[in-house]
Amino acid sequence: MLLSVNNLKKSFVTEEGMLQVLRGVDLELAAGDRLALTGESGCGKSTLLYLIGALESFDAGEIWIDGISLAGLNDRQRAAMRRTSVGIIFQQFNLIPSMTVSHNLRFHARLAGAEDSHWINQLSQRLGLTEFLKAYPEQLSGGQQQRVAIGRTLAARPKLILADEPTGNLDENTSDQVITLMLQLVEETGAGLLVATHSSRLAERMDGSLHLTSGLVS
Amino acid sequence: MSVKATWIWALVGLWLLSAVPVGAQGYGGLGTEAQGYAVPSPQTLIEFPKDHGPHPHFRIEWWYLTANLTGEDGSNYGAQWTLFRNALKPPAAQKSPEAGNWSTSQLWMGHAAVTTPSAHYVSETRARGSLGLAGAQSLPFSAWINDWRLAAKAPGDQNFRQLTVAASGAGFSYQLDLKARGPLIFHGQNGYSVKSSSGHASHYYSQPHFEVSGRLNLPDGSVNVIGTAWLDREWSSQPLSAAQSGWDWVALNFSDGSKLMAGQLRGGGGGNRRDETYTSATWISPRGTSTSYPDGSLSMEEVSRSTVADRAVPTVWRVKLPDKAIDIEIEALNKNAWMSTSFPYWEGPVVIRGTHSGRGYLEMTGYK
Amino acid sequence: MTLQIALRVLWSHWTYRPLQFLTLLVGLSLATGLWTGVQAINTEARSSYDQARTALLPQANQVLQRRDGQSIKLTTYVALQQSGWRTSPVLEGELSSGNTRIKVIGVDLVSMPQTMDSWSQDDGKFNLAAFLTSPHLILASADIAKQAAILPGVAIVTTGKNVPPGTIITDIDLAERLLDKPGQISRLVLAPRQSLMQTELQVLAPQLERIINQSAADIDRLTDSFHLNLSAFGMLAFAVGLFIVQGTINLAFEQRRGMCRTLRVLGVSLRTLALALILELLMIAVIAGAAGVILGYFIAALLLPDVAATLRGLYGAQVSGELDFRVGWWLTGLAIAIIGTLLASFWSLLKLLRMPVLAAAQPRAWALMTRRGTFYRLMVSGGLLMLALALLQWGSGLVVAFSIVATCLLGAAVVLPDAIASLMGVFERFARRPVSQWFWADTRQQLPGLSLALMALLLALAANIGVSTMVGSFRLTFDGWLDQRLAAELYVRTANEKQSIKLRDWLQGRADAVLPVWNVVTTIEGEAGQIFGFSDHATYRNYWPMLQLQQGGWDNVAAGRAVLINEQLARRRGFAPGDVIRLSEDHKLPVAGIYSDYGNPRPQAMINVDLLTRWFPKVAKTRYAIRVDAAKSQALAEEIRLKFGLEGRNLVDQASIKRRSLEIFERTFTITQALNVLTLSVAGFAIFTSLLTQSSMRLPQLAPIWALGLTRRQLAGLEFLRALLLAALTMIFALPLGLGLAWLLLAVVNVEAFGWRLPMFLFVDDWLVLALYGLVATAFAAAIPARRFSTIAPADLVKVFAHER
Repeated sequence: MLLSVNNLKKSFVTEEGMLQVLRGVDLELAAGDRLALTGESGCGKSTLLYLIGALESFDAGEIWIDGISLAGLNDRQRAAMRRTSVGIIFQQFNLIPSMTVSHNLRFHARLAGAEDSHWINQLSQRLGLTEFLKAYPEQLSGGQQQRVAIGRTLAARPKLILADEPTGNLDENTSDQVITLMLQLVEETGAGLLVATHSSRLAERMDGSLHLTSGLVS
Repeated sequence: MSVKATWIWALVGLWLLSAVPVGAQGYGGLGTEAQGYAVPSPQTLIEFPKDHGPHPHFRIEWWYLTANLTGEDGSNYGAQWTLFRNALKPPAAQKSPEAGNWSTSQLWMGHAAVTTPSAHYVSETRARGSLGLAGAQSLPFSAWINDWRLAAKAPGDQNFRQLTVAASGAGFSYQLDLKARGPLIFHGQNGYSVKSSSGHASHYYSQPHFEVSGRLNLPDGSVNVIGTAWLDREWSSQPLSAAQSGWDWVALNFSDGSKLMAGQLRGGGGGNRRDETYTSATWISPRGTSTSYPDGSLSMEEVSRSTVADRAVPTVWRVKLPDKAIDIEIEALNKNAWMSTSFPYWEGPVVIRGTHSGRGYLEMTGYK
Repeated sequence: MTLQIALRVLWSHWTYRPLQFLTLLVGLSLATGLWTGVQAINTEARSSYDQARTALLPQANQVLQRRDGQSIKLTTYVALQQSGWRTSPVLEGELSSGNTRIKVIGVDLVSMPQTMDSWSQDDGKFNLAAFLTSPHLILASADIAKQAAILPGVAIVTTGKNVPPGTIITDIDLAERLLDKPGQISRLVLAPRQSLMQTELQVLAPQLERIINQSAADIDRLTDSFHLNLSAFGMLAFAVGLFIVQGTINLAFEQRRGMCRTLRVLGVSLRTLALALILELLMIAVIAGAAGVILGYFIAALLLPDVAATLRGLYGAQVSGELDFRVGWWLTGLAIAIIGTLLASFWSLLKLLRMPVLAAAQPRAWALMTRRGTFYRLMVSGGLLMLALALLQWGSGLVVAFSIVATCLLGAAVVLPDAIASLMGVFERFARRPVSQWFWADTRQQLPGLSLALMALLLALAANIGVSTMVGSFRLTFDGWLDQRLAAELYVRTANEKQSIKLRDWLQGRADAVLPVWNVVTTIEGEAGQIFGFSDHATYRNYWPMLQLQQGGWDNVAAGRAVLINEQLARRRGFAPGDVIRLSEDHKLPVAGIYSDYGNPRPQAMINVDLLTRWFPKVAKTRYAIRVDAAKSQALAEEIRLKFGLEGRNLVDQASIKRRSLEIFERTFTITQALNVLTLSVAGFAIFTSLLTQSSMRLPQLAPIWALGLTRRQLAGLEFLRALLLAALTMIFALPLGLGLAWLLLAVVNVEAFGWRLPMFLFVDDWLVLALYGLVATAFAAAIPARRFSTIAPADLVKVFAHER
């Protein structure tokens, strides 16, 4: 199994007291699987994604990615996981503003030590980014920026790709294009994909869908 | 002449206290310093030539000359020459053990002026009584300060028979010869002149009979002049007793050869009558005999004022002395005869109209 | 009412971010404080000069002095008075009472042209009769009133505001005795109105000349350069301080965009909002300005004693070491704080007010250093540089010299960010690893936010390098020059000529040489100056600090055919060897050489001593330099002391003169260096606040990198390194700029201000120390934001990417 999550718990300290966001989540994802994670705003979709993406640490439970447990990893080890095993596409501000599109595309791959120029060229062509390679992120539209983010993630060939509302900031048309491209390319790499979204259009195009309510997956 | 005496007193005194706010101390401040000086006495007889010279044991003293002049051009002129002496210390303290070049117990100040119908030139000069910069001596008579000098022409002259006087300042200078045409006049009792009911007095004599010839140098050129002059000599030690607002004083030469000194002290005449005007007068006959008049015999009234040095000063007066049937109006030759000296006052020649005619000098102080 | 609400809402920002508020207050207070401090020092000094002027020559601007500088005789004075001249004698000198040196001004108040109003007294005890008669009342400055009270012949001491510090004003009678100068007069003050009949001065006293208020008027001119110097530093410090204010206000305005938008949506008019913002700024300016004035007072109080010592040592100008708190400072201090605040917030305010009501709440646009902007800045910088060159070529005067310095500094500062950015570009191109590539790229992008602070640092560092190079070069030169100039082992001043003859006879066989050092004060080319007489001796030929010397120059001077002049005279009047110079009214000689003469503001010339005594027969023949075996000099000095009773200032050995000279030198530059350190601290503070400001806006830039697999500690380390790198780069740029500045100070400003040009030396040690200080300061400044980032919660980082969770 590429990803397995067992009885995952996470709470936050808020002004009203302890807020338990995840109350014992279980889920599994095989390589090549594409799952949608749905739920209402604030139900904890993003939190779950960030925990799987080794961005944050969790309170209890287990996360296994490609045979490695995230529990008990320190800051450096979590960073290494992010570099090599997981690719995350956020809703916004994915890109490094100080670097060109071309550099952004390569950045993750180079960090992971897996730069493949041929593959990256292919990606930029497929994503329609060739004419923007020298531009800076802030010069691109929202859809273009997300395509760069997708390209950057795929360029590093991570086994697991996480996406948090990747089209949340895009209009419907652009959104469809971006999703089509993403699904095609993910399929070609054989990576597992977990997408958190509240868009049913997006969820419908996935292999399956998990619903998060009251801190539990159903 | 008592009125004139008192205000000069104040003037020199003020100069000494100049750095102290006048209002705070008033003239009364002088009172505390009077002790230790010689006091005028009716028993003292004035002697010549000795008394032409200085009296350093008395606190103050002056040689005061005013002249009414006519130029070869027909214009009227006035000239003034004054030397004040002021002792800094009572006689007992005057001998300083470590006398240096500059050590002095006497302070001297000179005022000189020339008045023309259209201009008034004033100069003040001051010196300490050391290094021979200023002083006076009786025989041969001489009184001087810096380059100004009033002196006997003949070394043996014991009675002011013939004097010369010279002064110079910014814009003017003069040199006059004086010839006495009458006797010296003693005021009061043989020169012992009582000033007030509370007993203030001075030693006081005059020579009002000078005939003058000389030369004035003015910015436009020189002019030869002739005329008359009046010299006062007075010394005293006694302080003022009351605050006064000012004085008006005249010395008049009538064309009939008689003369009149008249004066009034405005506001606070002394004694019990502080708020009233105190007057005094001396009439001198053409032969040189004098008659003094008590307070109230004379009246002086303002006729009109002029603006001089930013203040209103009466430059036309009506003077009456009924006892001698004198009822005259006097008018300044030049209204702007303002003495812009350390302590300013008005002093200048006047023309006389009315029951008598002639010329004279007017002096006014305390106009603000 | 709405205004009040708007104001309260806006102000809540500061209570929410107290540190930011503190930064703003401290920055503005520092800027105002430095500026006020310098102004206070200048005001105090100028008022001391005014006192000196009134005391020396009340109401009069002309004096009579002897051409040969000797004292005037009493008989001359009396003759003048009796010939219609209206003058008043002044006798001046110095005496010692305990360890205090007291300047005595003896006057004759009786003959003073005006009344004595200028001495109007605080305590009202003044009384002319007591002043004139023994035992005397005297006037003293407050600082020496106690010492003055025990002087012989003094009965009462009154202190007067108008008496210059360290001075007593006495009757001339007492002054004669105190100074033991019977029958002497230093000068005669001419009354403004002289009488019509006066004898010509030429006939009466041909030895006298009419001089226009020399001593007092000169002080203004001479010290102007010093004060301009101070003012320039005050301005620099103020400008550097404003960088902080600008940065903080900019940030606060950025952060309150949302707040302002909300207020406007809620119906607060633009006008009310603008008014509220301006009122808020004014309040801050007033608070900070008041604190700044107080700070300025302490800075001034701290520095004033050194300034006073400098002015006394350098120009002989008496300045009180005590500081009065003047109302004027409050007003100017507050005014400058308000003007500075408004100036610093102008663009932020304008931008905020122009913002449309419903503009999207964007984070700060990460403006690239566009080519157009770079081009624009290069043009400005080039223009400034051209201006500096043009001024250097065609301008003259001290103000121009400082303008050159200012334009150069500004021109360099403007292009600093671009220069660093292009350097980063080069590094980026050669970077192999992705993180380093990102590092360079990101540093380049961070520059706009840090540029003001870096410019401030550049200015402060360059000023520091420039000034310390100047002072160091001057010190080296001065030290060597003193060795040359003070070649003799002992310097004596005898009481009179009789004693001189005795001393010379006695020294025969005991000393190697006894060299006369006689001088007169006279007019050189119409300006008050000194002529020294010296006898031809190897001491001079071997040691005298010549800058230029004609072939056979020493022989010509020894033969009385030529003169040596000091550098300041040569420069000010454009004299070169061979030119003929007018020494006093009646004498002219060709210039044979030019020597350096540091620390002397006035013209000076040296001629053969026999020629001097021929020209000025009355010259005081009392001062001598004695050459003797250095080992024996102490013993000889002791013998002279015992035998002739010469001591104190009348018998000085080489070492102590040198020590005193160096002491004066050091104090001269204490204030410059103190201001330097303060300016640098302000710049350090600017760096700190900018980094702090930046750190809160850096999250969107750092979060993606973190998400891609770098730890927070790694990123914090890189942030720290970046700050150090930028500081180091700024330092590298500051070095040539500082050296250029040093050159300008040594070769242009010094020449205009003092009349001498100094060689430049390089002090690498100092730079290293400065660099170390700079890096340590930056490290401190960068450590706090870096530490904060290294411990930030991941939850805060992921917030960048999404609004919901």
